[in-house]
Amino acid sequence: MTRRARFVLFLVAAAAVALLFVAAFVRLPPFGGDFHPYGDRAVRAAFAHRTANAVAAVNFDQRALDTLGEETILFSAVLGAVVLLRQIAGERRRPPRRARVSGAIRRLGVAMLPVALLTGLYVVAHGQITPGGGFQGGVVVATALHLLYVAADYGALERVRPLSLYEIGDATGEAAYVVTGVATVLAGSAFLANVLPWGTFGTLTSAGTVVVLNAAVGMEVACGVVVLLATFLDQAVEIEEPSHAPASGGTPDGSGGDAG
Amino acid sequence: MTDVLIAVALVLVAVTATAAVLNHEPLRQALVLSFLGLTLALLFALVQAPDVSLSQLAVGSALTPLMIVLTVRKVRRGTGDSTASETTGASDDQGTRGDRDAGDRDAGGGEERR
Repeated sequence: MTRRARFVLFLVAAAAVALLFVAAFVRLPPFGGDFHPYGDRAVRAAFAHRTANAVAAVNFDQRALDTLGEETILFSAVLGAVVLLRQIAGERRRPPRRARVSGAIRRLGVAMLPVALLTGLYVVAHGQITPGGGFQGGVVVATALHLLYVAADYGALERVRPLSLYEIGDATGEAAYVVTGVATVLAGSAFLANVLPWGTFGTLTSAGTVVVLNAAVGMEVACGVVVLLATFLDQAVEIEEPSHAPASGGTPDGSGGDAG
Repeated sequence: MTDVLIAVALVLVAVTATAAVLNHEPLRQALVLSFLGLTLALLFALVQAPDVSLSQLAVGSALTPLMIVLTVRKVRRGTGDSTASETTGASDDQGTRGDRDAGDRDAGGGEERR
């Protein structure tokens, strides 16, 4: 396609999108006003199930099926990354050399690691009452572990990160969400309906199934992000292209690389 | 007052987003992207969406730039482009050079083992 044709195609598409945007925005409530038809209904439904964080109620109660889809997107993405970025025949795995880290960074990293880890777990645990939840807290937990890579080196990170455990955790988190849904059906209600006791408003045990689903997502996201970053780190730090290997390369030595 | 803050945050988002597009060096782009994540998180917090703000902070400012930096490092190690890795900043530069030294030395050793 010529440059001119592409430009014309872009103009046509942009005009169509602009038209649809304007048509959609004409009927929207004004920005910053007091009229929130959807928000009011969602908050009322959240409070009816004694969930203080209305967003968590939308994610894990009112639209719990949508969240299952989102969780599966991340799960599939991690699975795809693991398959694509695995060590292939001819690639060599070499343990990275011990890195030198300045004392200040090392001390800061060691001091921040427990704080960041605790913050992440707090955000996961309080998903039903304060902003945050399984997804946000899970990412914080996963990235907190990688402070070890910044403060020490890759070897230190690998020692505290038995990857197979995190892979199991990733799958368990994903499965726990579906199992909870099936359990609600067996309990005589709809898939992912909030059938557990709702508890006392504003406490850790409130909101029924929101707590369970939130924890499942937290586990899936934390483990999934650790596995995802591990595959990227493996490629960036340890695995070498066949072209880097000595001239006799070409013989697949995936097993030999692991031993070396 | 809140309207002023929202306007400031919107301008910051527009400026950093434009900067991210105009930067063509991937590592610098990752850094600008991290700043864009921060300004977006600020904007979301100001329009009373703390949940989205937290997601943006965790994914946009930490996770995505980190994955870009790791990918850039892998690509540069693969091509063995020494001039490119000079610009990756002090610590990363050291790491890359160290790996290559270790690699060169290990290459001989690996040959003997096999």
